[in-house]
Amino acid sequence: MEIDADKREPSSTELRSIANKKLGYKMVWIVAGSLLFAFALVPLYDVLCTITGLNGKTKSTASELSNTKVDETRWVTVQFTSSTMPGLGWNFYPKQSSIKVRPGKVETVLFEAKNITSRVVAGRAVPSVTPGAAAAHLKKLECFCFERQALNPGETKVMPLRFFVSPDIPADVKEMTLSYAFFSID
Amino acid sequence: MSTTTVAHHDEHTDHPTGIMRWLTTTNHKDIGTMYLTFSLIMFLVGGSMILGIRAELFQPGLQLMNPDFFNQLIGVHALIMIFAALMPAATGFANWMIPLQIGAPDMALPRLNNWGFWLLPPSAILLTLPFTLALFGIGDGALATGWTFYPPLSIQGGIGVDFAIFAVHLLGISSVLGSINIIVTLFNMRAPGMTFMKMPMFAWGWLITAFLLIATIPVLAGAVTMLLTDRHFGTHFFDAAGGGDPIMFQHLFWFFGHPEVYILLLPVWGFIPQILQTFSRKPMYGYKAQVYSLIAIGAMSIIVWAHHFFTAGMPVPALLYFMYSTMAISLPLAVLFFCWIKTMWRGSMSFETPMLFTVGWIILFGIGGLTGLVLADVAADAQYHNSYFVVAHFHYTLFAGGIMGIMAGVYYWLPKMTGHMYNEKLGQLHFWLTAISFNLTFIPQFFLGLAGMPRRIPDYALQFAEFNMISSIAAFVLGLSQLIFVYNIISTVRGGKKATDQVWEGAEGLEWTLSSPPPYHSFSEQPTVK
Repeated sequence: MEIDADKREPSSTELRSIANKKLGYKMVWIVAGSLLFAFALVPLYDVLCTITGLNGKTKSTASELSNTKVDETRWVTVQFTSSTMPGLGWNFYPKQSSIKVRPGKVETVLFEAKNITSRVVAGRAVPSVTPGAAAAHLKKLECFCFERQALNPGETKVMPLRFFVSPDIPADVKEMTLSYAFFSID
Repeated sequence: MSTTTVAHHDEHTDHPTGIMRWLTTTNHKDIGTMYLTFSLIMFLVGGSMILGIRAELFQPGLQLMNPDFFNQLIGVHALIMIFAALMPAATGFANWMIPLQIGAPDMALPRLNNWGFWLLPPSAILLTLPFTLALFGIGDGALATGWTFYPPLSIQGGIGVDFAIFAVHLLGISSVLGSINIIVTLFNMRAPGMTFMKMPMFAWGWLITAFLLIATIPVLAGAVTMLLTDRHFGTHFFDAAGGGDPIMFQHLFWFFGHPEVYILLLPVWGFIPQILQTFSRKPMYGYKAQVYSLIAIGAMSIIVWAHHFFTAGMPVPALLYFMYSTMAISLPLAVLFFCWIKTMWRGSMSFETPMLFTVGWIILFGIGGLTGLVLADVAADAQYHNSYFVVAHFHYTLFAGGIMGIMAGVYYWLPKMTGHMYNEKLGQLHFWLTAISFNLTFIPQFFLGLAGMPRRIPDYALQFAEFNMISSIAAFVLGLSQLIFVYNIISTVRGGKKATDQVWEGAEGLEWTLSSPPPYHSFSEQPTVK
């Protein structure tokens, strides 16, 4: 009986049901594709930000000091702000809130951090530059943000940042802000 | 809801009865009814939550609740209204009406359809359960981040965020399944002779919606999954300390979130012209222009997402691109408005409840669209962003443009679905109360936003007191008027004047050729369309 049933011509309803399932599976591929796209956006986003310097992302490694000529014709004001994230328990602030620099000239500014808890805490500073277009032109030679920092209970540490502003910086940028957020890494 | 009604005219059917009928059904009408009932219940749940908010905002200061609970109510209200009220209502209509409108015996994938619905109640429980758990001292309540889940707040939040993430997963799977089903139905099940350009407008609206859903819901699912792994499994997608970026979440979220706005509205734009032509007693104007406009809006909606966070920081060329592309969407939308008005122009119009809701809808949705143009302006947005102006704007588009449109559809098709006429007097009363109290609720909020009142804050400065009081009183009138709607639906399901097959004098289309209510199995023999 069953063999006979398999041999007979499929009815139009059955044919349609097969066609429906086929098209349904094709749609599942679109769904899978857009899920993949969501995760692919993560590296794409990073690549885009690195290339264009959008979002104020600066390089996380030291720049080479090239033999750039100091541009004596203009000033750029660099402002510094700082914040600490929950769970860190530090006081952290720049020793000076802003500095006027000649593009190309190397400057050093100091940041001070104090652990106000009674345990050893490690943290890492994440920089961000506004306006985003200026991010690629802030060259850091030495920065406490390149590595993790650990402070003993009650310890105070003065940390230097050596940098210069590239002379290629667009002429309309007269002011930029470098912000550090200190995160706890435990 | 309609167990007795559907059963008594159809006693010789072969399906199980009682609760098993609803659990196991693969019938598109049963599933449509379940979607619509679920949507109505969740509409009332989400509505009561926002009445709690409006009661707190009735006067300055903190009277009724702590700020954390206030934030939870706001976020869950939005998630419920969007995912559990508006979207299931549109899917419910799709299940009920698309097979009838295109002359198909059922949806293409009936079992998938059943599964798609039964994922909804568990996700509604996931959304609301944290409130109950908090009463017993477990966790600290539902998600308090607003419906947008922005990190870092959502990474620091309590178990409510996890519940909401899993609820969004289930809701997403449900709407993807529903969309696949609708696409396959519209591609494979149309009556012989019905080409794509002869398809009813509602089917067109849903076809574009379904494609938007399967393209963007997985992106939301991916984004909230990343959030989940950031919270519990040590990844750093959105954590700046580990090299991630919280702004990236905003891009991922709104890549889904902006098309979502059109996902909520396109089905409504589908059946509104059908209601207009019925009560204007002349064919709809510019069918082709409307179809192409719907497609254009659907396509453009995917490439404008960043206008939701102009103030998060973007280079000027990107700001300009997102501003102009957003404003460009108003062009095809203007074509639609023109066609809707031209359909009524010199028609032999009558104003039964569905038509009242439709005409009111055109005006109110128009206000929502125009205020959206203001928000799309980068320079102006810096002032309006995150203010009550935004709240008022998106309630004009989503309450007026979404829910009042759905209500027009309910009154339009209820006689076809139940076989009884609803109470016309109560319907008209419901319309006028809704339209007036809606405007009284949200017009003050435009001014509050212009004056600088931020959204999602439980307290406010004294100078905002009068407008908030008006808004709160009107919101309660708006909420209570919906009980008339519920009463009218229930009494129509249980009995009332018998509806004719055509129901409305000017109604045209395959669904009006069937009896009211249609038999349990309809169009087993497909009709031929010339």
